Amino acid sequence: MKRRAHLCCLGLLLSLVAACGEGPDAESQSSPAASPSAGELNLYNWSDYIAPDTLRAFERETGIHVRYDVFDSNELLEAKLLAGGTGYDLVVPSASFVARQITAGVFQPLDKTRLPGMTGLDPAVMKLLAGYDPENRHALPWLWGTTGIGYNRGMITSRMADAPLDSWDLVFKPEVVSRFADCGVALLDTPSEILPLVLRFLGRPVDSQRPEDLAAAEAVLMAIRPHVRYFHSSQYINDLANGGICLVVGWNGDILMARERAREATEPQDIAYSIPREGSLVWVDTIAIPRDAPNLDNAYRFLEYILRPEVAAALSNHVHYANAIAASQPLLDEALREDPAVYPAPDTLTALFPNAVHTAAFDRLASRAWARIKRGQ
Amino acid sequence: MSRGWLWLCWIWPLGLLLLPLVIVLRISLAEPRLAQPPYSPLWDVSADGAVSIDLHLDNYRLLLEDPLYVQAWLDSLGLAAGTALLCLVLAYPMAWAIAASPPRRRRLFLLLVMLPFWTSLLLRIYAWMGLLAPQGMLSQALLRLGVTEAPLAVLHSPTAVFIGMVYAYLPFMLLPIHASLDKLDPQLLEAAADLGCRPWQAFLRVALPLSLPGVLGGTVLVFVPALGEFVIPDLLGGPGSLLLGQVLWNEFFANRAWPVAAALALTLLGSMALFLLTWQFLQRRLGALA
Repeated sequence: MKRRAHLCCLGLLLSLVAACGEGPDAESQSSPAASPSAGELNLYNWSDYIAPDTLRAFERETGIHVRYDVFDSNELLEAKLLAGGTGYDLVVPSASFVARQITAGVFQPLDKTRLPGMTGLDPAVMKLLAGYDPENRHALPWLWGTTGIGYNRGMITSRMADAPLDSWDLVFKPEVVSRFADCGVALLDTPSEILPLVLRFLGRPVDSQRPEDLAAAEAVLMAIRPHVRYFHSSQYINDLANGGICLVVGWNGDILMARERAREATEPQDIAYSIPREGSLVWVDTIAIPRDAPNLDNAYRFLEYILRPEVAAALSNHVHYANAIAASQPLLDEALREDPAVYPAPDTLTALFPNAVHTAAFDRLASRAWARIKRGQ
Repeated sequence: MSRGWLWLCWIWPLGLLLLPLVIVLRISLAEPRLAQPPYSPLWDVSADGAVSIDLHLDNYRLLLEDPLYVQAWLDSLGLAAGTALLCLVLAYPMAWAIAASPPRRRRLFLLLVMLPFWTSLLLRIYAWMGLLAPQGMLSQALLRLGVTEAPLAVLHSPTAVFIGMVYAYLPFMLLPIHASLDKLDPQLLEAAADLGCRPWQAFLRVALPLSLPGVLGGTVLVFVPALGEFVIPDLLGGPGSLLLGQVLWNEFFANRAWPVAAALALTLLGSMALFLLTWQFLQRRLGALA
C-alpha cells in the first residue's frame, strides 16, 4: 500500500510532465490516464510464482495494463486483506488461509457463468479445495504442491549410509537428525505446516486441536531443536543449492528450484526431494477476487485466461509446481510431467492430507509453542 | 498583529503524531475478531438507540501474564543497552580523532561516516549476511589464511545481531559526540596542562564533562530506536532471538491479534517515554552539578 501511494504521486507528477510536453515513457508508467481504454488489473501474487510471458501475453491480447506486485508470506497478504481497501483485483492466498478469509468476508463469490473454462479443472483438486471453500464458491486453484524433505544426497549418505530417506524419522528422530547437524538442517518457519507433520510422525490425528497432542509435538521438536540451524520459509532455496544446508523440510517446487540451481553451480550438488511414506501435506494456492476489487471485469478476463491449458502449462513449466488444468498435461515438459516430486505417484497421493483450519485459540497456543521451540527453551 | 494562521503549526503534531497513536490506543482496547477490520468496534448502537461502549483490558493483562513478553522486553533492553555501550566505546575515540584532525581531512571523515546512509539499510544488512555467512567472504578468507579451521558460524547468532546493530547505529552516536568535541576549545586542555594536569586528568576533568551532552544525546539516539529494532535481529539473528519487534510482528501477522499487537506497541512506547523522562531528569541534575 505504501508503494501504491508512491504510484499515485508518480501519476500526478507524470500528468504535470505530460502537460508540459509528451514524455516518451509516459505510457509505460502506471498512470491510469496513459493506459489504453481496456483499463487495468492489479494482481498481487507470491514472488517467483509466475511465468515470464504470462502477463505480457495477456496484456498484448487484451490491451489491459497489469500492475503486478509480489508478497512472500500468507500472513502479510492476510493483514492487508483484513485491513481492506488493498486496491487489488486478484490475490493468491493459500487454501488454508482462504477458509478464514472467506469467513471474514474478504472475497466476493465467483460468477461461474463468466468462467466457462472452469470445466477443465481437475475434480480431485477442486474437491480438496472445497474442504476450505464449500462448493468452490470463492476461489480457483492457482498451483498446488506438497511439503516434504529436501536433501543433499552426497552430504546425507556420507554421514549415514542407510539414512531413512523416505521417512519422517530422517528429520524428527534426534538420533538420526543429529548426524546432519554439522552440514545444516532447516525447517519452514510456519507452525501450521510443521506441527501436523510431527503429529503424523507420532501417529496422532493430524487435525488435532487437543493441547496434549500439541505438547507431544512440541516435545519432539524440542528434542531435535539443538540440531536445527534455522527456521525460515524461503532462505533454504539458496542454502540447499550452494551446500550451506543439507536437509530441509520445505515445499516441493522450491526444493526443485534449488535442485536446478545446484546443477548449474560451480560445485554441483545432488539435491533430491522426498515425500515420506507416512504421508505429508498437500496444499493448494488459490486465486480470488477481493470484495472491493476496482476492476471486476478485468479480473474475470484474467481468471478465464489462466484457465487455458497452454497458459497453465507454461506456468508449471517455469515454476515447477503442478497446476489443476487437466488438459495442460500434454503441454508440460516431459521431465516435469514424469517427476514424482511434482505429480506424485498414485500410492503417494493417497498418503497426502490437507491442512486443517484451526480455531483462533488453538492458533495462539500453537504460535506460542512455536516461539518456545524456536527459542529452544 | 494577527496570529490566526499559527494554529496551522499544530497540524503536524496533532494530526500526524497524535492521531495515529489514538487509533493504536483504540485498537488496543478492542477484541480480536475474524472480520474486516479484524477487531471489535469501539461502540455499538443497539436497535433502541442506546449506545454501548465496549472496552477490553485483556490485551494488556495478557502482556503481564505471559512470561514471553517480559522475556522479550528484557532481551530487547539488553540488546539496546549493549548496542549503546558498544557504540559509545567505539564512537568516542573516533569522534576525538576526527575532531583533532585538520579541517579538510575532518570533512572527508565526516563524509565517510555519512556515506552508508546513501544506501538502504535493508541492502546493507543483506550485505552483512553475505559477509558473515559460513560460505561468505570473511569466512573463506579466514579459512584460506589458516586463521580458522571450520567455516565461520557467526551469522544467525547474537554476535551477528550486535555487529549489525553497532554498524547501523554507530553514526548516531558518533555525530553528536563529534559535535560537542568540535566545540571544545583546545586551549582549555593546554590550560589544564599548564595548571599541572596530566593528559588523562585533563581528559577526565575537562574534555569528558564538556562532551557529556553529546554522549547523552548519542545514547538516546541509539538506545531508543534499538529497543524496537526489527529488521536487524530478524535477518542476522538466530532462531532463538525473540525481541519486542519480532514479538510484535508475530502478534500482528501470525496470530492476527491486532489488539494485542497494539497493546504491545503502546507498552513499548510507554517504556521509552519513561526512559526519556528519566534521562532528561538526569541531564538536568548533571547540568545543575556542572
